[in-house]
Amino acid sequence: MSRQGFSIIGKALPKIDAMAKCTGETRYADDLHFSRMVYAKLLRSPHPHALIRAIRTERALSLEGVYAVITGRDLPVRYGISPATEDEEALASEKVRFVGDPVAGVAAASETVAEKALGLIDVDYEPLRPVLSVEEALVAEGELRIHSWNRRANIQKAVSFEFGDVEQGFEQADHIFDETFFYEGNTHLPMEQYCAVAFYGPDGKLTLWSSTQTPHYLHRALSKVLGLPMSRIRVIATPVGGGFGGKSEPFSHEICVAKLSMITGRPVKITLTREECFYVHRGRHPVKMRIKTGVKSDGTLQAMHFQSFLDGGGYSSYGLATVYYTGALQTVVYKLPGYKFEGVRVFTNKPPCGPKRGHGTPQPRFAVEVHLDAIAEKLGMDPIELRLKQLVEPNTVTVNGLRITTTGLRECIERLAAKAEWKKKFRQLPYGQGIGFASSAYISGAGLPIYWNDMPHSGVQIKLDRGGGITAFCGSIDIGQGSDSILAYVVAEEFGVDPADVRVVTADTDLTPVDLGSYSSRVTVMTGNAAIQACRKLKDTLLRAAADALEIPADDLEFAEGKVRCRSFRDRAISFVECVQKAEAKFGTLGAMGSYRPPKHPANYRGSGVGPTPAYSYSASIVELRCDADSAEVKVDKVWIAHDCGRAFNPLLVEGQVEGSVYMALGEALMEEQVFRKSGLHKLPSMLDYKSPTALEMPEVETILVETNDPEGPFGAKEAGQGPLLPVIPAVTNALYDAIGVRIHEIPITPDKVLRALEGRLKPVSVPSFEFPPPIRWQPGEGVEVQQKS
Amino acid sequence: MEIASETAKTLLEVLREDLGLTGTKHGCELGECGTCAVLMDGKPVLSCLVLGVEAEGADVATIEGMMQGGQPHPLQRAFADLGAAQCGYCIPGILLVAKALLDSNPHPGRDEIREMLSGNLCRCTGYTKILDAVEMAAKGRGDL
Ligand code: FES
Ligand code: FES
Repeated sequence: MSRQGFSIIGKALPKIDAMAKCTGETRYADDLHFSRMVYAKLLRSPHPHALIRAIRTERALSLEGVYAVITGRDLPVRYGISPATEDEEALASEKVRFVGDPVAGVAAASETVAEKALGLIDVDYEPLRPVLSVEEALVAEGELRIHSWNRRANIQKAVSFEFGDVEQGFEQADHIFDETFFYEGNTHLPMEQYCAVAFYGPDGKLTLWSSTQTPHYLHRALSKVLGLPMSRIRVIATPVGGGFGGKSEPFSHEICVAKLSMITGRPVKITLTREECFYVHRGRHPVKMRIKTGVKSDGTLQAMHFQSFLDGGGYSSYGLATVYYTGALQTVVYKLPGYKFEGVRVFTNKPPCGPKRGHGTPQPRFAVEVHLDAIAEKLGMDPIELRLKQLVEPNTVTVNGLRITTTGLRECIERLAAKAEWKKKFRQLPYGQGIGFASSAYISGAGLPIYWNDMPHSGVQIKLDRGGGITAFCGSIDIGQGSDSILAYVVAEEFGVDPADVRVVTADTDLTPVDLGSYSSRVTVMTGNAAIQACRKLKDTLLRAAADALEIPADDLEFAEGKVRCRSFRDRAISFVECVQKAEAKFGTLGAMGSYRPPKHPANYRGSGVGPTPAYSYSASIVELRCDADSAEVKVDKVWIAHDCGRAFNPLLVEGQVEGSVYMALGEALMEEQVFRKSGLHKLPSMLDYKSPTALEMPEVETILVETNDPEGPFGAKEAGQGPLLPVIPAVTNALYDAIGVRIHEIPITPDKVLRALEGRLKPVSVPSFEFPPPIRWQPGEGVEVQQKS
Repeated sequence: MEIASETAKTLLEVLREDLGLTGTKHGCELGECGTCAVLMDGKPVLSCLVLGVEAEGADVATIEGMMQGGQPHPLQRAFADLGAAQCGYCIPGILLVAKALLDSNPHPGRDEIREMLSGNLCRCTGYTKILDAVEMAAKGRGDL
């Protein structure tokens, strides 16, 4: 891997917090303890859909050791991650919308007492008929309406777009393929359960420590619901013990502990049980899909019509963005001259769905890539050849107005195919063994913030100590992806010092400039760019001092090896510490701020805000597996994956993200499912019943990193945390077809589905009939011009 | 060490709450995830399933005791060097189970490592770097 004169970037260094994590030193939220601390529990609805007639809390309040009991009346202000759909209450006041919807909160001397108190709260429910399917939700009326704010039935949002020339595309096609797919929901299952601790002090200030991926959005929601100015609230995101998207919005338990602390004047902690985590959910949406594609006989795509039906659960969560994401990125991988997208998200009486790794894109990626595999076969083409014919080119704008900077997909595919010996194996392996391929793209950070504003998405402040220490402050939160280390690497690279000399202070709204959070794979690109800007400002100051001291022009100086030195005569140098001291003497205390806001995107139609990003990452994967003819068990033997990450800051961390993505993809492809009984109860709410891969099921993974040095990324970097999940799921499905000759159009691929498919009993997925709104039409070139960076 | 604790408390609770040793984590408290693993007389146990009183007289090793004389255990070093800890939440349990394995079988094969760690869930790493790190530690320590 080329390092191009970098001293830190590109090196396989340990993370700066690696030893803390390997010695038990890292303090997660539940490891915090304060004197006088009390414990909270939430009472959750046993009904999937019911009106709340009355709640009586007196018996609970009179229990010895109970400090406070709250209900919806104490927290009447609605909130939600998306300002357009604030439909949640911290505690339901009139109606519950899924089993697990919280209705009351207790603070008590211990968890045991709190638990006991929950049993003494009397809730008078009037059960309503639950709505559990998309089909019912689309036509729900009367008491089956779950919310009253939305216009029609249980439809949260229905969208429709037409880009380029769709009709003509279908007319000119030699073949039209029309297929349906279903992707079952699944959940994040981070090893760390949700946990938060709040303390409202005698100074009238509230501090909340929480395992959250989005401290800034939480900060805003707390202020709104509690009626406290943001200036009196401090949110500290503790190191997150796994997030995957599941901890990226404000939650009931966070607001409740804050309120309970305001009432009791004591620190209040809540840790959800594993079962509660399954009900809090916000995970992958179950999505039904229909794809109609027109192709030329040589495999060239002419037009695609894609429909998605999302089962959103009880509340909106990120659903507005999710429905758009199921349609937005189809155009980013292969050229599509005409593209029509229709999507709808409905409410049902199940735990709300939200963003999980790949947010709204694994479902369509699965469908499209399996569909293309089938098309290639019908046309008698190699599926890789079919794709290579029509890859999206760098420095182009897609039919729906998304700006592509770099793409390394061709290199990914070619290196991958060679490594996996594709040509030798495809359709050549014995029955029961198979190989499959798929590719994908993903955003490196959402182009727009969640609430509309003109401010930066990420800020970094750097402070220099006269002893040579460098502190970088940033609102970003490390969820295991290594964002703290990335920040340290960028700063160390810029100043030519060891990352160990850089201290990072992150994710504390009192101390750090805002970063929008660890979601949408945005952190490396956005904080990286902000950090570079802050460093360069400070370096200018330092260089002026060094130039004077060394009597060398500033532009002939460089920061390297803990020194500021002359580029041409390297021994003419002063140490970094000395340089800092000279600069401090000359200019006063040293610090600088940097910030980053993504570039404007070319499209200007309503709904064009979901999909743009500074740069897309690209991935491709080949999966080899075997399927036992009797048990129909699928065993994955090997996964090859190539990922264009722009630039690998630290190949170890990038590989780790890629391997973790492969793992999570295999879980989704073969076993994980978040499914419910007619009563609205989760069928599998434990780690034993909810099957996820163990070390035994995880195959060997071979990772190829492709570097494209994107002009938008810091040192050329793009994302790595989510994109590599996408191609693996369809590659598994395609490999299974290669192995046993059946195409399963449903995820997860469980043995019973394989058996039914082998016996010809697996019914095709049915999609609801639904009239979408008239499409918003947009032609490429209609938007504002955006300059490409070089 | 001797401590007074409520008899109904699990070893996990005694460690975390009574002794303030929060290095031991929990992911389910039902014996399903392996996160809370500690060593009792050198053998891995799930501390959420063992009562504190059952550990009476036993030698209990937690992650806090894995460094010796200020030096990290070879497994800790290997995990750190290879980036085997992402969020790190599952790591204390995994390190202790891996230590128990290497203590009884200094040169395990990859499949033996997989087998031994099959009760410890990790959602971040795909186990790949974890398996690599255990192998590396086993190699690095010779026949020690
Ligand atoms: S916490 Fe003990 S096994 Fe999960
Ligand atoms: S490192 Fe996060 S769960 Fe294992």
